[in-house]
Amino acid sequence: MEIKESYDLPLPIETVWQALNDEGFLKNSIPGCEKLERISPNELSAEVKLKIGPMSTRFKGKVNLSDLNPPNGYTISGSGTGGIAGAASGSAKVFLSKMEDGEGTILSYQVKAEVKGKIAQLGSRLIHSTAKKLAKKFFSNFVQELSK
Amino acid sequence: MSEGIGASVKRKEDKKFLTGKGKYTDDINRPGQVYAHFVRSDVAHANIKSINTKAASQAAGVVAVYIGEDVAADGIGGPICGWVVPNRDGSATHEPPHPLLAQGKVRFVGDAIAVVIAESVEQAKSASELVEVDYEELPAVANLETASSGAEIHEGMKENRYFDWELGDEAATDKALQSAAKVVKLSVRNNRLIPNAMEPRSALAEYDDLGGSYTLHTTSQNPHLARLILAAFMFQIPESKLRVIAPDVGGGFGSKIYVYIEEAVCIWSSKKINRPVKWTADRTQSFLTDAHGRDHINNVQLALDESNKIIGLRVDTVCNLGSYLSAFAVAVPTYLHGTLLSGLYDIPTIYTNVKGMATTTAPVDAYRGAGRPEATYLLERTMDAAAREVGMDQAEFRRLNFIPKDAFPYQTAVALQYDTGDYEPNLDKAMEMIDYKSFEARRSEASKRGKYRGIGVSSYIEACGLAPSAVAGALGGRVGGWESASVRVDPTGTVTVFSGAHSHGQGHATTFSQIVSERLGIPNANVEFVHGDSDKTPFGMGTYGSRSLAVGGVALSKALDKVVEKSKKIAAHLMEASAEDVEFKDGKFTVAGTDKETAFGDVALAAYVPHNYPLETLEPGLEETAFYDPMNFTYPAGTHIAEVEVDPATGVVEIVDWAACDDFGNLINPMIVEGQVHGGIAQGIGQALLENAHYDENGQLLTASYMDYCMPRADDLPSFKVECTNTPCTHNDLGVKGCGEAGAIASPPALINAIINALSPLGVSDMSMPATPETVWRAIQNAQARAAE
Repeated sequence: MEIKESYDLPLPIETVWQALNDEGFLKNSIPGCEKLERISPNELSAEVKLKIGPMSTRFKGKVNLSDLNPPNGYTISGSGTGGIAGAASGSAKVFLSKMEDGEGTILSYQVKAEVKGKIAQLGSRLIHSTAKKLAKKFFSNFVQELSK
Repeated sequence: MSEGIGASVKRKEDKKFLTGKGKYTDDINRPGQVYAHFVRSDVAHANIKSINTKAASQAAGVVAVYIGEDVAADGIGGPICGWVVPNRDGSATHEPPHPLLAQGKVRFVGDAIAVVIAESVEQAKSASELVEVDYEELPAVANLETASSGAEIHEGMKENRYFDWELGDEAATDKALQSAAKVVKLSVRNNRLIPNAMEPRSALAEYDDLGGSYTLHTTSQNPHLARLILAAFMFQIPESKLRVIAPDVGGGFGSKIYVYIEEAVCIWSSKKINRPVKWTADRTQSFLTDAHGRDHINNVQLALDESNKIIGLRVDTVCNLGSYLSAFAVAVPTYLHGTLLSGLYDIPTIYTNVKGMATTTAPVDAYRGAGRPEATYLLERTMDAAAREVGMDQAEFRRLNFIPKDAFPYQTAVALQYDTGDYEPNLDKAMEMIDYKSFEARRSEASKRGKYRGIGVSSYIEACGLAPSAVAGALGGRVGGWESASVRVDPTGTVTVFSGAHSHGQGHATTFSQIVSERLGIPNANVEFVHGDSDKTPFGMGTYGSRSLAVGGVALSKALDKVVEKSKKIAAHLMEASAEDVEFKDGKFTVAGTDKETAFGDVALAAYVPHNYPLETLEPGLEETAFYDPMNFTYPAGTHIAEVEVDPATGVVEIVDWAACDDFGNLINPMIVEGQVHGGIAQGIGQALLENAHYDENGQLLTASYMDYCMPRADDLPSFKVECTNTPCTHNDLGVKGCGEAGAIASPPALINAIINALSPLGVSDMSMPATPETVWRAIQNAQARAAE
């Protein structure tokens, strides 16, 4: 399952790139994120509370930053286990590019998500819409944080 | 009214079940009992790097947590394979081990990794969440088409193939295909099904440390067989130290034939902690871990001569057997499938090759019909396609190719010899029941309403009554195929039947009583039926493959022969006559040519109160046991015709009529037979229209609840018209054949053929199962797009 979206941001590309690498920004942007700590330059540990269909679960896992290409983008991927609910993983390829006016930035992303265990067995119908919703929420939170 | 053979008496057992008084494994509780919950893999394929059970072990109420290493340390083996076949190159079926708990690797979502045993189910479940498993994930092998090039699932097993088997004459068949006037080719898929017995699997194991023996209550269709496998092969304890009881069992459909790892873990842990251990699957675990059914891809080539007679058939099959070889997984697509490819037809040469593949999905094994539905589906779909291609009526094309009535016993090109049969009357009767000749008028009328109406025929044969032991043995079976029964006559003339067969919905208590009633002339109410307890019943092979009556019922008949023979000797003594002159009818012994008579009850009393009894030549008591091993399979056959209306705007298929005419030989209870046919058709309709087990590319089962796996309901089904013809089986005393699976075997092709027939004016010539509204709608759209090109 893949989701593609893009946003136009009225901010310089360097500012957006910095925010994408700032755990404070990320924590406030990841929906349901209760904890986000950097454990190495490109690795963070996370606790996220999510509701998928009938299941509300707290996932513990890791967030990795890879394919770093400052300031043009990276891949942010996360995977976590939610106890009896199973496991979920997802990744977003984030692309930044300067807008034609040279002032703003176009942020586009491609999201992939996978689920395992009980979430897959009971909630697979809901994964696409949930992942889409979560990705949208992440980037809209992110844009909101940036605009503060 | 007679209560004997042929009477539609009401089922004795129904009052208990309908009033909720059935006693199932989960209803049984033992003092000090604890509960097991399994930690299962949520990935399809992975090496296990580590398992941390520390937190779980310390959780509230937890008694023990065990992992694969603990099982290995005690040397307990996994479930075994009950049937193997040779490969084409002469090598043997690959039989990889199936550990009770994962040994370093998991191979499907649901594979058991650890067991948590606690004082309550809730505590066991909560604690199991604390077990941490660190996986090194491996690529899933979820797709049957590409399984051979997928990641290695079992060490040293090449191309993920368990076996590569063949049957028939390849050279002769290919020659027939080359010389044919027409070759009809078809590729079909038999969709994967999940059994969904109403009662989930359950086990309760108890260890008696004084006697060193175990008692296992479990959901089994064959408790003796379970005991043999568990004791002799898995635990290597004396068989006499294990009692297996399968009490009321709420449906099996094949899925409860096998020994599963869960009951073995319960037995093993009950000794380790010296407390009774219970486990009951929840519905999700049933979806994940009950052996699934079907899942074949069949490529068919049918050779016809100029006069539209079949001259050869070649079928190349790839089937999905899942992550581990279940007990009869190998037999189902080979000897229960390849041998049925002749169907009802006179086919001079047949060749089939079957490749049994491993995937990272649940094990696949027998499910109602087991191999025969797959054979019937591919053959009847092909017969239909052939009739269309040569421009013949679908019924008449079948009739032209039927084995003629005077050709029996008929030796097929694929090993079986059909003892008897007469197929045209079934076809004729089914056509009459559905008013076949007026169909075109109904089609026109429907088209005025904007509906596409279609009619589909399926003529089937099946081999029932597993099995002649010598035949099974020669073909790779590791068990016998006989059945047993004991008849105990009480001093007052009431009777208890102890059967090695097992009833889990079939109504044995009623039909077996009817046989006794018929033979001994006593009321049904005076007969009790005991089954399902290895300590009470003679060793028996259980119930599957429509065998209870055809094998177990005949064993009962033979035990009754012995009772009657001995009774005659007692009666002769009581009436001071010669045993040869004694006749027995309607519960009375008479002496030919005299008015002397004595009742069955008097003879029974004399046997146990032998004051006036020939003790010097005859033992007292009246209790006899018989074991019966059939000489051949039985061959029920028949024709089902389905009539449907398809709404082209939505793709919704409505079944508007259904006619089934089956030849089951003699019937003991026609009402129960009709019920079996109804249930079988309902399951077949479920396969054809609704049910499908779907794994995604990562090996996640996405259809693991009733939200995503659609079972047939009453409003999906029409009112069935069911009739029977009768050519009695020639080689068993009751002349019976078996009826439990016929409906599920006959119905899917009848329905799919009807849908294709309905949509053929639109150019639709193929339809996959399940024919959901989306599938049907897309087929219509594609056909219209092709027509527009």
